[in-house]
Amino acid sequence: MTNPNGRFGIHGGQYIPETLMNAVIELEEAYNHYKNDPEFNRELTELLNEYAGRPSRLYYAEKMTKDLGGAKIYLKREDLNHTGAHKINNVLGQALLAKKMGKTRLIAETGAGQHGVATATAAALMGMECVVFMGEEDTRRQALNVYRMRLLGAEVIPVTTGTATLKDAVSEAMREWTKRIDDTHYCLGSVMGPHPFPTIVRDFQAVISKEIKEQMLEKEGRLPDAVLACVGGGSNAIGTFYNFIEDKEVRLIGCEAAGRGVDTYETAATIATGKLGIFHGMKSYFCQDKYGQIAPVYSISAGLDYPGIGPEHAYLHDSGRAEYVAITDEEAVCAFEYLAKTEGIIPAIESAHAIAHAIKLAPTMGKDKIIVITVSGRGDKDCAAIARYRGEDINE
Amino acid sequence: MSNIAKAFENKKAFIPFFTCGDPDLETTGKLVKEAVKNGASLVELGIPFSDPTAEGPVIQGANLRALEGGVTTDKIFDFVRELRKEVTVPMVFMTYANVVFSYGSEAFIKTCSEIGIDGIILPDLPFEEKEEFLPECHKYGVDLISLIAPTSKDRVAMIAKEAEGFIYLVSSLGVTGTRTEINTDLDSIVKIIRENTSVPCAIGFGISTPEQAKKMASISDGAIVGSAIIKIMEKYGKESPSYVGEYVKSMTDALK
Repeated sequence: MTNPNGRFGIHGGQYIPETLMNAVIELEEAYNHYKNDPEFNRELTELLNEYAGRPSRLYYAEKMTKDLGGAKIYLKREDLNHTGAHKINNVLGQALLAKKMGKTRLIAETGAGQHGVATATAAALMGMECVVFMGEEDTRRQALNVYRMRLLGAEVIPVTTGTATLKDAVSEAMREWTKRIDDTHYCLGSVMGPHPFPTIVRDFQAVISKEIKEQMLEKEGRLPDAVLACVGGGSNAIGTFYNFIEDKEVRLIGCEAAGRGVDTYETAATIATGKLGIFHGMKSYFCQDKYGQIAPVYSISAGLDYPGIGPEHAYLHDSGRAEYVAITDEEAVCAFEYLAKTEGIIPAIESAHAIAHAIKLAPTMGKDKIIVITVSGRGDKDCAAIARYRGEDINE
Repeated sequence: MSNIAKAFENKKAFIPFFTCGDPDLETTGKLVKEAVKNGASLVELGIPFSDPTAEGPVIQGANLRALEGGVTTDKIFDFVRELRKEVTVPMVFMTYANVVFSYGSEAFIKTCSEIGIDGIILPDLPFEEKEEFLPECHKYGVDLISLIAPTSKDRVAMIAKEAEGFIYLVSSLGVTGTRTEINTDLDSIVKIIRENTSVPCAIGFGISTPEQAKKMASISDGAIVGSAIIKIMEKYGKESPSYVGEYVKSMTDALK
């Protein structure tokens, strides 16, 4: 899917300062070498299986299926991974790669904190130094994850610039990388940024769809009719889609965060409201004003609160291969509560965006149809914020 | 010959940077004229961007103040059109790729040419991506300035060979901002640049004192200063032009 210059159709590329160019070239060379190295792959598989707990379960949500009365629903349980989200898949891959490259320090951005926690975890495991940049606003929304990162030995730097959310954390991590390159790997958490990150992160997350395919064939003897995942930058979504891209009969549906609605300014739905632009190292769709100033986006979900989308998603949207829908805060919160009560599973508020769309979609499909929803993470981190949303103040 | 070359004729160039609209365009105009009066030979005008990833806190602050003040690309074009009636030294825009792209690359670059902008510096546009804007830059005679960094290594010759206007040599790792010391082996980078092009080369990032400017200009063709000037503006606001003028004089005197 990736051409040599890291383009997905017109999207992608390497729009970064010259200072970082040799670093990304070196990363690409190392990745191209190790991705086919049997020893690297053996080590990574062992980490994924023995440490992170893969393969993750593909769970038949029988009560939800009956309640909605339509398509049969399966949940891909990325929330059951070690550290509680899909982020660990990518982080173990990148940390191992960084270690092979002789790097001793990992830096990362984080929104909800799940990628930061995963990076801090991998750094602890591999004996590397770790610094995580997190928007100050998000350190408040996700205080528990800040504590977890510090407990794991990482330094958490609250970012106060701009909107003090995920995009500002990415900017600050990029600035930090230009200051210190020799011993430092920027462990980017989503399928975004300059080439080769969108490709590397996608490859490490593609294990999700690889497993879904195998598990689905084993359980049902056929492929699903649709796979759903939430989309911020888009890492769990691309992981969910990737091995189905060539299976044209499988609908690929990404669920963006509409915040208070795509007709308001308080939204983070990039495909619905953004336009083509160049930012954070890539050409893709971004929420921006007519002069190209990046918009201050909003979502209840810190992990989806990003004004752009990964370049491969932008391409899948252009080509019509994937569909993107927008889910409001209210719909996501209702889905969060619904899955808890119906299946006894508390999903991350990010993942709840995908659940919300399934609640709408499943009843419109026949009982002989199958949909798979990726539950990208667990929702413990969100309980206090959702309680606040419902007007209840609880101490974490 | 590029108009920019005039800034380097028979002298070391002092290149000040101003963020347009910080705190307002009227002050920016006064600052530019004051700087030119005190010997600046090329002026770098920043079009603010909401998320300037190559800037340190000082220039980030200037970008934010300018945007909060309501400045836009169109207002800056009108401002430069007026400024050009009085200012004859070469002027270049410094901004981010999305500011040019979102305006419509051709419309942006064509307007630059019409209002007397001689070049564009885009810190998030490396050699590999310059085709994004180069055809339009050539069509309208606007130089697309190349940056070279301490980490460029084997890329220096490749970049220098195709450089136009002048080369912006980044003095050290990291983002913009003043530094007490610059430790990069710039001599050997400049040597490779000289072997590959006759386009002049100016050094920027981290320069604030006359001593630093003198040292940097002695190994290259000029010195670029941004954050140190913006710090003066932070302090004096609309009263800053005379203070900035004094500062520019101290820098240009050091380059004589």
